[in-house]
Amino acid sequence: MSETAEQHANVAGPPPGDPVRQRSTWVLRTGGLFVRQRETTIFVVAVLLLVFFTTRSSEFLSESNLTNLLSGFAAPIIIIAIGEVLLLICGEIDLSVGFVFLFAPFLMHYLIDFYGVPVLPAILISLLLGVAVGWFNGFLTVTVGVPSFITTLGTGFILYGLTLTTSNAYPANVPTAAESIGKYFASETGGYAWSAIIWAVILVAIFHVLLTRTRWGLHTVAVGGNLLGAREAGISVARIKYGSFMICGLMGAIVGLQTAFYDNTIDPSAGGFNAMFYAVVAAVIGGTAMLGGSGTIIGGFLGAIVLAILEDGLSITGVSANPYFIYLGGAILIAMFANVQLARRRAAGRG
Amino acid sequence: MTTDPAAAAGAPDGDVLRVEHVSKRFGAVTALTDINLRLGKGEVLALLGDNGAGKSTLLKILCGFQPPDSGRIVLNGQEVVLKSVDHARELGIDAVYQDLALINQLSVYHNMYLNREKVRWPLLNNRAMRKEAKQHLDAMGVNIPSVDVQVARLSGGQRQAIAVARSVYSDAKILLLDEPLAAMGVKEAAMILDLVRDLRDQGEVSVIIIAHNYGQVLEVCDRVNLLQQGKITFDKKSSETSVVELTNLVVAEYRAALEARHRSA
Repeated sequence: MSETAEQHANVAGPPPGDPVRQRSTWVLRTGGLFVRQRETTIFVVAVLLLVFFTTRSSEFLSESNLTNLLSGFAAPIIIIAIGEVLLLICGEIDLSVGFVFLFAPFLMHYLIDFYGVPVLPAILISLLLGVAVGWFNGFLTVTVGVPSFITTLGTGFILYGLTLTTSNAYPANVPTAAESIGKYFASETGGYAWSAIIWAVILVAIFHVLLTRTRWGLHTVAVGGNLLGAREAGISVARIKYGSFMICGLMGAIVGLQTAFYDNTIDPSAGGFNAMFYAVVAAVIGGTAMLGGSGTIIGGFLGAIVLAILEDGLSITGVSANPYFIYLGGAILIAMFANVQLARRRAAGRG
Repeated sequence: MTTDPAAAAGAPDGDVLRVEHVSKRFGAVTALTDINLRLGKGEVLALLGDNGAGKSTLLKILCGFQPPDSGRIVLNGQEVVLKSVDHARELGIDAVYQDLALINQLSVYHNMYLNREKVRWPLLNNRAMRKEAKQHLDAMGVNIPSVDVQVARLSGGQRQAIAVARSVYSDAKILLLDEPLAAMGVKEAAMILDLVRDLRDQGEVSVIIIAHNYGQVLEVCDRVNLLQQGKITFDKKSSETSVVELTNLVVAEYRAALEARHRSA
């Protein structure tokens, strides 16, 4: 486990001795620690891409492009990836989260503009919609017993249809009353351009601690690692899975509202399967196992950063939209290949 | 054929656990028929029987994993209905399973404390768990590279030892060990048997060992029950029986079944 290795190094500290030797053992230990981290591959890929695009475009590191990259591209993937990482670890997946993303801002718009609900309760209800959809996914998956791949596909399509029907597939304006609060969620321009990525980083920090340092997190890994064993130990498998679905739904709703505030419009073509699959890809290239039992929030975060750098970098260097997906697909395959190779080397080194 | 609990060897007064007239069916298959069993305080009881005799079914009933169809379980003189594994554990009954309930992806010390984690709210108290897990395992003589290592990287015997240690140190009053010596090397088996012997000498914890290797288990248990085709057919102190007698009983059962089949054919 990565965090235990980390603590080990902290406790041990650099040994006393002559400075040169001390330095070299420190470097070795840090190097070894680095290779042992599951997130190493994706971190290296992120740095390489960053260097590459920095050399290709002088604009790449400008503030306006960085906020676009981080708040515009990365933050939505990061936040949804948090939910998907938790679900993948406990052996489930949520294909509906992109449609929670889609429906949440429309719900806020209906509540404020058609039903006269004040802004804050409207936002709160829209976020709770995500939690409720997550609960329903949990109910269908855990209590009824249908695989989440199917149940979440069903709830996703229903939400999609609801959104298109209620909005007549037309975009809507962000309610003017919500604009003053909205910039704290996300904004494309002005002093609040960092809002979205700051939220993403805060959520990453919270859920990283939740996953690695709390009973909840330990039990999530236990459920995904050995379902029967976890159940025999008395862990409430249902509670863990319901909880993860609800967290994932909440993340979808947060990103939905953020994207509406960021784009300053509520778009019926936003979110959907694309948003969901980007998050799943971010989780998996960040080292989360598709079959459950292992994964990290930090890995999902780095995976999302890589996807965002690719998306932003390719557009800023003028690659046309058509071959974009070729590069994206290639990058995903290379990252996965590197992950597998590193995992093999790691296993060989330890065994 | 079944044994009356009152007539069983030893004094019934000190019983921590009594199973009375318990039966269990799975569809058309009768797994357990009118089981009567008693366990004294600090006693080590060996529950022996061939594959399919119903040992694991009985264990799953005793640890709260599944309810019996009929009959009752009496704990410290009071009838209890075990609602779940958690509930049984609250009452002091803890099981180590044949199919190893360890989580491969977690460290040794997290496995030792699974679902009983030490917490400094809201965070896990990893430092305390690591330290105490190490102390417990050292005291037991369990030889593993480090309590930080993932369970996936340990040998079958080491994993079993950790599963046993986990139950022993869970403050359980009644331990159910399901085939604790399966997949064990000679040294590791000796280590587990020493542990059971220590427990017996201390007299605080009562143990039911489920096994089909009679020889090793006879060394450490006080009493032997034999389970054959879902019924308890034999209840003796271990000092009054022998491996030969037990083996003959099982072989006789096998021969009888074979003859019955021949006759019907």
